[in-house]
Amino acid sequence: MNIRIRQGAIALAVLATLATVAGCAGTGAPTVSSADYDKDAAAVMAASFREQGIVKTDRLTQDEVMVACSKFGHSLDDELRERFQAATLAEVKWPSDGKYIGDWKEGEKIAQSGRGLTWTDKAGEANGGNCYNCHRITKKEISYGTIGPSLYQYGKVHGNTESTQKYVWAKIWNPNAYSACTNMPRFGTHGILDEKQIRHIVALLLDPKSPVNAE
Amino acid sequence: MKNSTYAACVAASALMFATPVLADATAEGIAKYREALAEGNPAELWEMRGEELWKEARGPKKATLEKCDLGQGPGVVKGAFVTLPRHFADTGRVQDLESRLLTCMETLQGIPADEVAKTPFGKGEQKNIEALVAWISAESRGMKFNLPMAHPEEKRMYEIGKRAFNYRGGTHDFGCVTCHGEDGKRIRLQDLPNLTKGPDAARGFGSWPAYRVSSGELWSMQRRLNDCFRQQRFPYPVYGSDVTIALSSYLGVTANGTVESIAPAIKR
Repeated sequence: MNIRIRQGAIALAVLATLATVAGCAGTGAPTVSSADYDKDAAAVMAASFREQGIVKTDRLTQDEVMVACSKFGHSLDDELRERFQAATLAEVKWPSDGKYIGDWKEGEKIAQSGRGLTWTDKAGEANGGNCYNCHRITKKEISYGTIGPSLYQYGKVHGNTESTQKYVWAKIWNPNAYSACTNMPRFGTHGILDEKQIRHIVALLLDPKSPVNAE
Repeated sequence: MKNSTYAACVAASALMFATPVLADATAEGIAKYREALAEGNPAELWEMRGEELWKEARGPKKATLEKCDLGQGPGVVKGAFVTLPRHFADTGRVQDLESRLLTCMETLQGIPADEVAKTPFGKGEQKNIEALVAWISAESRGMKFNLPMAHPEEKRMYEIGKRAFNYRGGTHDFGCVTCHGEDGKRIRLQDLPNLTKGPDAARGFGSWPAYRVSSGELWSMQRRLNDCFRQQRFPYPVYGSDVTIALSSYLGVTANGTVESIAPAIKR
Protein backbone atom coordinates (compact mmCIF):
# COMPACT_ATOMS: atom_id res chain seq x y z
CA MET A 1 0.00 0.00 0.00
CA ASN A 2 2.70 2.42 1.12
CA ILE A 3 4.97 1.47 -1.72
CA ARG A 4 2.20 1.94 -4.27
CA ILE A 5 1.40 5.38 -2.93
CA ARG A 6 5.07 6.34 -2.82
CA GLN A 7 5.57 5.20 -6.40
CA GLY A 8 2.45 7.13 -7.32
CA ALA A 9 3.87 10.19 -5.60
CA ILE A 10 7.12 9.89 -7.48
CA ALA A 11 5.32 9.34 -10.80
CA LEU A 12 3.14 12.40 -10.17
CA ALA A 13 6.14 14.48 -9.16
CA VAL A 14 7.94 13.41 -12.34
CA LEU A 15 4.86 14.25 -14.43
CA ALA A 16 4.54 17.62 -12.74
CA THR A 17 8.23 18.33 -13.35
CA LEU A 18 7.92 17.31 -16.99
CA ALA A 19 4.88 19.51 -17.38
CA THR A 20 6.75 22.41 -15.79
CA VAL A 21 9.76 21.88 -18.04
CA ALA A 22 7.56 21.49 -21.14
CA GLY A 23 5.75 24.69 -20.24
CA CYS A 24 9.06 26.52 -20.22
CA ALA A 25 10.45 25.13 -23.48
CA GLY A 26 11.46 27.84 -25.89
CA THR A 27 11.03 30.70 -23.45
CA GLY A 28 14.69 30.81 -22.47
CA ALA A 29 14.48 31.62 -18.76
CA PRO A 30 12.31 29.09 -16.92
CA THR A 31 9.36 30.82 -15.34
CA VAL A 32 6.88 28.92 -13.22
CA SER A 33 3.56 30.55 -12.50
CA SER A 34 1.69 30.48 -9.22
CA ALA A 35 -1.00 28.40 -10.93
CA ASP A 36 1.64 25.78 -11.84
CA TYR A 37 2.60 25.55 -8.17
CA ASP A 38 -1.09 25.26 -7.26
CA LYS A 39 -1.34 22.21 -9.53
CA ASP A 40 1.88 20.71 -8.14
CA ALA A 41 0.66 21.24 -4.59
CA ALA A 42 -2.67 19.54 -5.37
CA ALA A 43 -0.79 16.55 -6.85
CA VAL A 44 1.49 16.33 -3.80
CA MET A 45 -1.45 16.54 -1.36
CA ALA A 46 -3.26 13.78 -3.28
CA ALA A 47 -0.21 11.50 -3.34
CA SER A 48 1.21 11.97 0.18
CA PHE A 49 -1.50 10.60 2.46
CA ARG A 50 -3.04 7.21 3.14
CA GLU A 51 -6.03 6.09 5.16
CA GLN A 52 -5.54 5.08 8.78
CA GLY A 53 -8.17 3.79 11.22
CA ILE A 54 -11.42 5.70 10.81
CA VAL A 55 -9.81 8.41 8.67
CA LYS A 56 -10.06 7.96 4.89
CA THR A 57 -8.29 10.06 2.30
CA ASP A 58 -11.57 11.77 1.35
CA ARG A 59 -10.85 14.09 4.30
CA LEU A 60 -8.60 15.96 1.88
CA THR A 61 -11.51 16.83 -0.43
CA GLN A 62 -12.18 20.54 -0.20
CA ASP A 63 -15.50 22.31 -0.69
CA GLU A 64 -15.69 25.82 -2.14
CA VAL A 65 -15.28 27.43 1.30
CA MET A 66 -12.14 25.41 2.12
CA VAL A 67 -10.61 26.21 -1.27
CA ALA A 68 -11.22 29.95 -0.83
CA CYS A 69 -10.12 30.02 2.83
CA SER A 70 -6.92 28.10 1.99
CA LYS A 71 -6.13 30.61 -0.73
CA PHE A 72 -7.18 33.90 0.87
CA GLY A 73 -6.88 33.17 4.60
CA HIS A 74 -8.95 35.60 6.65
CA SER A 75 -8.76 38.28 3.95
CA LEU A 76 -11.59 37.22 1.65
CA ASP A 77 -12.96 39.90 -0.63
CA ASP A 78 -16.32 41.35 0.41
CA GLU A 79 -18.34 39.78 -2.40
CA LEU A 80 -17.17 36.24 -1.56
CA ARG A 81 -17.49 36.84 2.18
CA GLU A 82 -21.08 38.05 1.89
CA ARG A 83 -22.04 35.21 -0.45
CA PHE A 84 -20.53 32.54 1.86
CA GLN A 85 -22.12 34.05 4.96
CA ALA A 86 -25.58 34.37 3.42
CA ALA A 87 -25.48 30.83 1.98
CA THR A 88 -24.24 29.41 5.29
CA LEU A 89 -26.88 31.14 7.39
CA ALA A 90 -29.60 29.87 5.04
CA GLU A 91 -28.39 26.29 5.57
CA VAL A 92 -28.27 26.29 9.37
CA LYS A 93 -30.41 23.48 10.76
CA TRP A 94 -32.36 24.82 13.69
CA PRO A 95 -33.27 22.57 16.65
CA SER A 96 -36.06 20.16 15.68
CA ASP A 97 -38.05 20.89 18.87
CA GLY A 98 -37.34 24.64 18.89
CA LYS A 99 -35.36 24.33 22.14
CA TYR A 100 -31.91 25.90 22.18
CA ILE A 101 -30.94 25.39 25.81
CA GLY A 102 -29.83 22.04 27.25
CA ASP A 103 -27.86 21.12 30.38
CA TRP A 104 -24.82 23.32 31.04
CA LYS A 105 -23.15 20.55 33.07
CA GLU A 106 -23.16 18.33 29.99
CA GLY A 107 -22.01 21.32 27.95
CA GLU A 108 -18.98 21.74 30.22
CA LYS A 109 -17.99 18.09 29.63
CA ILE A 110 -18.27 18.53 25.85
CA ALA A 111 -16.28 21.80 26.00
CA GLN A 112 -13.50 20.00 27.91
CA SER A 113 -13.29 17.02 25.57
CA GLY A 114 -10.92 17.10 22.62
CA ARG A 115 -11.79 13.59 21.52
CA GLY A 116 -13.00 12.40 18.19
CA LEU A 117 -12.39 11.95 14.46
CA THR A 118 -8.61 11.51 14.53
CA TRP A 119 -7.10 8.25 13.26
CA THR A 120 -6.48 7.18 16.88
CA ASP A 121 -10.17 7.61 17.78
CA LYS A 122 -12.72 4.86 17.34
CA ALA A 123 -15.88 5.03 15.25
CA GLY A 124 -19.13 5.59 17.10
CA GLU A 125 -17.69 7.35 20.16
CA ALA A 126 -19.08 10.77 21.05
CA ASN A 127 -16.94 13.63 19.79
CA GLY A 128 -15.83 16.46 22.02
CA GLY A 129 -16.15 20.13 21.19
CA ASN A 130 -12.50 21.08 21.82
CA CYS A 131 -13.85 24.44 23.08
CA TYR A 132 -11.24 25.06 25.82
CA ASN A 133 -8.45 24.44 23.31
CA CYS A 134 -9.19 27.90 21.89
CA HIS A 135 -11.50 29.77 24.30
CA ARG A 136 -11.53 30.93 27.86
CA ILE A 137 -14.97 29.83 29.11
CA THR A 138 -15.30 29.44 32.89
CA LYS A 139 -13.31 31.20 35.58
CA LYS A 140 -12.31 27.91 37.16
CA GLU A 141 -10.64 26.38 34.11
CA ILE A 142 -7.31 28.15 33.71
CA SER A 143 -6.01 25.79 31.03
CA TYR A 144 -7.58 27.49 28.04
CA GLY A 145 -6.35 28.49 24.61
CA THR A 146 -6.39 31.90 22.99
CA ILE A 147 -7.04 31.25 19.30
CA GLY A 148 -10.67 32.29 19.81
CA PRO A 149 -12.07 35.11 21.98
CA SER A 150 -12.88 34.70 25.68
CA LEU A 151 -16.43 33.47 26.25
CA TYR A 152 -16.36 33.98 30.01
CA GLN A 153 -19.54 35.82 31.11
CA TYR A 154 -20.92 35.47 27.60
CA GLY A 155 -24.55 35.14 28.69
CA LYS A 156 -24.23 37.88 31.27
CA VAL A 157 -22.97 40.30 28.65
CA HIS A 158 -25.24 39.31 25.77
CA GLY A 159 -28.36 38.19 27.67
CA ASN A 160 -30.15 34.87 27.48
CA THR A 161 -32.66 36.08 24.87
CA GLU A 162 -34.03 34.07 21.97
CA SER A 163 -32.03 36.11 19.47
CA THR A 164 -28.79 35.40 21.37
CA GLN A 165 -29.71 31.73 21.62
CA LYS A 166 -30.26 31.61 17.86
CA TYR A 167 -26.99 33.42 17.20
CA VAL A 168 -24.99 31.04 19.41
CA TRP A 169 -26.74 28.02 17.88
CA ALA A 170 -25.89 29.12 14.33
CA LYS A 171 -22.35 30.07 15.34
CA ILE A 172 -21.71 26.53 16.61
CA TRP A 173 -23.62 24.89 13.74
CA ASN A 174 -21.56 26.75 11.15
CA PRO A 175 -19.49 29.75 12.25
CA ASN A 176 -19.00 30.80 8.62
CA ALA A 177 -22.52 32.22 8.93
CA TYR A 178 -21.06 35.25 10.70
CA SER A 179 -17.37 35.22 9.80
CA ALA A 180 -16.38 33.37 6.66
CA CYS A 181 -13.01 31.60 6.92
CA THR A 182 -13.00 31.67 10.71
CA ASN A 183 -10.63 29.24 12.44
CA MET A 184 -13.62 27.61 14.15
CA PRO A 185 -14.91 24.24 12.90
CA ARG A 186 -18.40 23.78 11.43
CA PHE A 187 -19.64 21.59 14.28
CA GLY A 188 -23.19 21.02 13.04
CA THR A 189 -22.67 21.07 9.28
CA HIS A 190 -19.82 18.55 9.51
CA GLY A 191 -21.56 16.33 12.07
CA ILE A 192 -18.88 16.81 14.74
CA LEU A 193 -21.56 17.52 17.35
CA ASP A 194 -25.23 16.53 17.24
CA GLU A 195 -28.25 18.67 18.07
CA LYS A 196 -28.35 17.52 21.69
CA GLN A 197 -24.68 18.32 22.27
CA ILE A 198 -25.01 21.76 20.70
CA ARG A 199 -27.97 22.47 22.99
CA HIS A 200 -25.74 21.66 26.00
CA ILE A 201 -23.02 24.03 24.81
CA VAL A 202 -25.54 26.83 24.23
CA ALA A 203 -26.64 26.25 27.84
CA LEU A 204 -23.04 26.42 29.07
CA LEU A 205 -22.68 29.85 27.46
CA LEU A 206 -26.11 31.32 28.16
CA ASP A 207 -27.77 29.65 31.15
CA PRO A 208 -27.62 32.16 34.05
CA LYS A 209 -26.85 29.20 36.37
CA SER A 210 -23.85 28.12 34.26
CA PRO A 211 -20.48 28.98 35.87
CA VAL A 212 -19.75 31.00 32.72
CA ASN A 213 -22.26 33.55 34.01
CA ALA A 214 -22.79 32.72 37.70
CA GLU A 215 -19.14 32.82 38.81
CA MET B 1 -27.82 55.19 40.61
CA LYS B 2 -24.34 56.59 41.02
CA ASN B 3 -23.37 53.73 43.32
CA SER B 4 -24.58 51.07 40.92
CA THR B 5 -22.68 52.70 38.03
CA TYR B 6 -19.57 52.69 40.19
CA ALA B 7 -20.11 49.06 41.12
CA ALA B 8 -20.52 48.13 37.45
CA CYS B 9 -17.30 49.95 36.56
CA VAL B 10 -15.37 48.19 39.30
CA ALA B 11 -16.79 44.88 38.14
CA ALA B 12 -15.93 45.68 34.53
CA SER B 13 -12.35 46.70 35.31
CA ALA B 14 -11.92 43.61 37.46
CA LEU B 15 -12.98 41.58 34.45
CA MET B 16 -10.67 43.42 32.13
CA PHE B 17 -7.67 42.87 34.33
CA ALA B 18 -8.43 39.32 35.35
CA THR B 19 -7.28 37.84 32.04
CA PRO B 20 -3.86 39.51 31.53
CA VAL B 21 -2.75 39.04 35.15
CA LEU B 22 -3.71 35.39 35.05
CA ALA B 23 -2.06 34.93 31.66
CA ASP B 24 1.19 36.52 32.92
CA ALA B 25 1.32 34.26 35.96
CA THR B 26 0.66 31.27 33.74
CA ALA B 27 3.30 32.27 31.18
CA GLU B 28 5.84 32.80 33.97
CA GLY B 29 5.08 29.37 35.41
CA ILE B 30 5.51 27.76 32.03
CA ALA B 31 8.81 29.59 31.42
CA LYS B 32 10.19 28.38 34.78
CA TYR B 33 9.11 24.84 34.02
CA ARG B 34 10.86 24.93 30.64
CA GLU B 35 14.04 26.32 32.20
CA ALA B 36 14.08 23.50 34.73
CA LEU B 37 13.57 20.97 31.96
CA ALA B 38 16.35 22.28 29.73
CA GLU B 39 18.98 21.75 32.42
CA GLY B 40 19.18 18.05 31.77
CA ASN B 41 18.00 17.06 28.33
CA PRO B 42 17.81 13.27 27.93
CA ALA B 43 18.14 13.81 24.15
CA GLU B 44 21.87 13.51 24.86
CA LEU B 45 21.38 9.74 25.20
CA TRP B 46 19.98 9.61 21.65
CA GLU B 47 22.81 11.83 20.39
CA MET B 48 25.44 9.43 21.76
CA ARG B 49 23.72 6.43 20.25
CA GLY B 50 23.34 8.29 16.94
CA GLU B 51 27.06 8.98 16.66
CA GLU B 52 27.79 5.30 17.31
CA LEU B 53 25.25 4.20 14.73
CA TRP B 54 26.76 6.49 12.08
CA LYS B 55 30.10 4.68 12.48
CA GLU B 56 28.71 1.17 12.92
CA ALA B 57 28.92 -1.35 10.04
CA ARG B 58 25.30 -2.48 9.62
CA GLY B 59 22.78 -3.92 7.15
CA PRO B 60 23.20 -6.57 4.44
CA LYS B 61 26.21 -4.66 3.07
CA LYS B 62 27.82 -4.39 6.53
CA ALA B 63 28.76 -0.76 5.88
CA THR B 64 28.78 2.40 7.97
CA LEU B 65 27.06 5.67 7.09
CA GLU B 66 30.36 7.53 7.06
CA LYS B 67 30.15 8.08 3.29
CA CYS B 68 26.58 9.42 3.48
CA ASP B 69 26.24 12.78 1.73
CA LEU B 70 23.84 15.03 3.63
CA GLY B 71 24.50 17.88 1.22
CA GLN B 72 27.87 19.06 2.51
CA GLY B 73 29.85 16.28 0.85
CA PRO B 74 30.28 12.59 1.81
CA GLY B 75 30.60 12.14 5.56
CA VAL B 76 30.20 15.82 6.49
CA VAL B 77 27.69 16.11 9.31
CA LYS B 78 28.46 19.48 10.84
CA GLY B 79 26.18 22.16 9.41
CA ALA B 80 24.11 19.71 7.36
CA PHE B 81 20.96 19.89 9.49
CA VAL B 82 20.47 23.63 9.01
CA THR B 83 20.57 23.30 5.19
CA LEU B 84 17.91 20.60 4.87
CA PRO B 85 15.66 19.95 2.99
CA ARG B 86 17.69 20.54 -0.17
CA HIS B 87 17.97 19.12 -3.68
CA PHE B 88 20.22 16.10 -4.25
CA ALA B 89 21.49 15.40 -7.74
CA ASP B 90 21.88 11.62 -7.20
CA THR B 91 18.21 11.08 -6.35
CA GLY B 92 16.88 14.05 -8.34
CA ARG B 93 14.71 14.94 -5.34
CA VAL B 94 14.48 17.53 -2.63
CA GLN B 95 14.99 15.55 0.59
CA ASP B 96 14.70 16.28 4.27
CA LEU B 97 17.08 14.76 6.78
CA GLU B 98 15.02 11.61 7.30
CA SER B 99 14.29 10.82 3.64
CA ARG B 100 18.00 11.43 2.93
CA LEU B 101 18.97 9.00 5.69
CA LEU B 102 16.70 6.39 4.07
CA THR B 103 18.61 6.89 0.80
CA CYS B 104 21.96 6.47 2.56
CA MET B 105 20.80 3.42 4.52
CA GLU B 106 19.57 1.79 1.32
CA THR B 107 22.48 2.62 -0.98
CA LEU B 108 25.33 2.22 1.52
CA GLN B 109 24.01 -0.41 3.93
CA GLY B 110 21.41 -2.24 1.81
CA ILE B 111 18.58 -1.57 4.28
CA PRO B 112 15.39 -1.23 2.15
CA ALA B 113 14.08 2.35 2.41
CA ASP B 114 10.45 1.33 1.87
CA GLU B 115 10.53 -1.05 4.82
CA VAL B 116 11.98 1.60 7.13
CA ALA B 117 9.35 4.06 5.90
CA LYS B 118 6.61 1.55 6.76
CA THR B 119 7.98 0.84 10.25
CA PRO B 120 5.93 2.53 13.00
CA PHE B 121 7.61 5.37 14.93
CA GLY B 122 9.62 4.17 17.90
CA LYS B 123 10.11 0.64 16.54
CA GLY B 124 12.96 -1.21 14.79
CA GLU B 125 14.94 0.88 12.33
CA GLN B 126 12.82 3.93 13.21
CA LYS B 127 14.50 3.89 16.63
CA ASN B 128 17.84 4.11 14.87
CA ILE B 129 16.58 7.03 12.77
CA GLU B 130 15.63 8.84 16.02
CA ALA B 131 19.16 8.46 17.34
CA LEU B 132 20.74 9.51 14.04
CA VAL B 133 18.62 12.67 13.68
CA ALA B 134 19.33 13.59 17.32
CA TRP B 135 23.08 13.45 16.72
CA ILE B 136 23.04 14.99 13.25
CA SER B 137 20.88 17.94 14.39
CA ALA B 138 23.06 18.44 17.50
CA GLU B 139 26.07 18.85 15.18
CA SER B 140 24.41 22.06 13.87
CA ARG B 141 23.45 23.41 17.29
CA GLY B 142 23.98 27.17 17.47
CA MET B 143 23.94 27.58 13.69
CA LYS B 144 21.29 29.53 11.79
CA PHE B 145 19.13 27.94 9.10
CA ASN B 146 20.56 28.42 5.65
CA LEU B 147 18.51 26.31 3.22
CA PRO B 148 19.53 26.72 -0.41
CA MET B 149 16.89 28.01 -2.85
CA ALA B 150 18.94 28.18 -6.06
CA HIS B 151 17.65 24.96 -7.61
CA PRO B 152 14.19 25.18 -9.25
CA GLU B 153 13.09 22.05 -7.37
CA GLU B 154 13.95 23.71 -4.05
CA LYS B 155 11.86 26.72 -5.01
CA ARG B 156 9.08 24.38 -6.16
CA MET B 157 9.03 22.44 -2.88
CA TYR B 158 8.99 25.69 -0.89
CA GLU B 159 5.98 26.88 -2.91
CA ILE B 160 4.21 23.53 -2.47
CA GLY B 161 4.97 23.64 1.25
CA LYS B 162 3.47 27.09 1.57
CA ARG B 163 0.28 25.85 -0.07
CA ALA B 164 0.21 22.68 2.08
CA PHE B 165 0.62 24.85 5.19
CA ASN B 166 -2.45 26.88 4.23
CA TYR B 167 -4.48 23.85 3.05
CA ARG B 168 -7.65 23.68 5.12
CA GLY B 169 -9.70 20.51 5.05
CA GLY B 170 -11.08 17.56 6.98
CA THR B 171 -13.97 17.43 9.44
CA HIS B 172 -12.70 20.49 11.33
CA ASP B 173 -11.56 22.77 8.44
CA PHE B 174 -8.11 22.80 10.04
CA GLY B 175 -4.82 23.52 8.33
CA CYS B 176 -1.35 24.15 9.79
CA VAL B 177 -2.24 27.83 9.50
CA THR B 178 -5.17 27.48 11.94
CA CYS B 179 -2.83 27.13 14.91
CA HIS B 180 0.43 28.51 13.51
CA GLY B 181 -0.60 31.57 11.49
CA GLU B 182 -0.76 34.26 14.17
CA ASP B 183 1.49 35.66 16.89
CA GLY B 184 1.08 34.89 20.58
CA LYS B 185 -1.63 32.20 20.48
CA ARG B 186 -2.07 29.15 22.68
CA ILE B 187 -3.83 25.77 22.59
CA ARG B 188 -4.80 25.27 26.23
CA LEU B 189 -1.51 26.32 27.92
CA GLN B 190 0.71 25.38 25.01
CA ASP B 191 2.33 28.35 23.23
CA LEU B 192 2.05 28.15 19.45
CA PRO B 193 4.82 29.52 17.24
CA ASN B 194 3.71 31.64 14.29
CA LEU B 195 5.41 29.53 11.66
CA THR B 196 4.82 32.07 8.89
CA LYS B 197 7.47 34.36 10.44
CA GLY B 198 11.25 33.86 10.60
CA PRO B 199 12.19 33.82 14.28
CA ASP B 200 9.16 31.75 15.32
CA ALA B 201 9.67 29.38 12.39
CA ALA B 202 13.30 28.91 13.48
CA ARG B 203 12.22 28.30 17.07
CA GLY B 204 9.48 25.89 15.98
CA PHE B 205 11.15 24.03 13.13
CA GLY B 206 14.57 24.36 14.81
CA SER B 207 13.42 22.55 17.96
CA TRP B 208 12.74 19.21 16.27
CA PRO B 209 13.94 16.55 16.75
CA ALA B 210 13.10 16.96 20.42
CA TYR B 211 12.86 14.90 23.59
CA ARG B 212 9.26 14.80 24.81
CA VAL B 213 8.93 14.71 28.57
CA SER B 214 5.28 13.58 28.44
CA SER B 215 6.10 10.37 26.59
CA GLY B 216 9.84 9.95 27.27
CA GLU B 217 10.42 9.65 23.53
CA LEU B 218 12.63 11.37 20.99
CA TRP B 219 10.43 12.73 18.23
CA SER B 220 11.82 13.44 14.78
CA MET B 221 10.42 16.18 12.54
CA GLN B 222 8.54 13.54 10.53
CA ARG B 223 6.88 12.34 13.72
CA ARG B 224 6.06 15.91 14.78
CA LEU B 225 4.39 16.60 11.43
CA ASN B 226 2.60 13.26 11.56
CA ASP B 227 1.01 14.12 14.90
CA CYS B 228 0.06 17.60 13.69
CA PHE B 229 -1.85 16.02 10.81
CA ARG B 230 -3.49 13.55 13.22
CA GLN B 231 -4.73 16.43 15.36
CA GLN B 232 -5.88 18.27 12.23
CA ARG B 233 -8.09 15.20 11.58
CA PHE B 234 -6.25 14.68 8.30
CA PRO B 235 -5.40 11.24 6.90
CA TYR B 236 -1.99 9.69 7.62
CA PRO B 237 1.00 11.36 5.91
CA VAL B 238 3.25 8.70 4.41
CA TYR B 239 6.73 8.75 6.01
CA GLY B 240 9.06 10.81 3.86
CA SER B 241 6.24 11.79 1.49
CA ASP B 242 6.52 14.97 -0.55
CA VAL B 243 4.01 16.89 1.60
CA THR B 244 6.20 16.40 4.68
CA ILE B 245 9.35 17.43 2.81
CA ALA B 246 7.63 20.43 1.21
CA LEU B 247 6.39 21.62 4.63
CA SER B 248 9.90 21.37 6.04
CA SER B 249 11.20 23.32 3.03
CA TYR B 250 8.65 26.07 3.68
CA LEU B 251 9.39 26.21 7.42
CA GLY B 252 13.15 26.00 6.97
CA VAL B 253 13.34 28.68 4.29
CA THR B 254 11.08 30.90 6.40
CA ALA B 255 13.49 30.34 9.31
CA ASN B 256 16.58 31.12 7.22
CA GLY B 257 19.05 33.53 8.84
CA THR B 258 17.02 34.26 11.96
CA VAL B 259 17.37 32.31 15.22
CA GLU B 260 19.96 29.63 16.00
CA SER B 261 18.96 25.98 15.94
CA ILE B 262 18.61 24.40 19.39
CA ALA B 263 17.67 20.90 18.19
CA PRO B 264 17.41 18.42 19.68
CA ALA B 265 15.31 20.47 22.11
CA ILE B 266 13.26 19.36 25.10
CA LYS B 267 9.49 19.62 24.98
CA ARG B 268 6.61 19.10 27.34
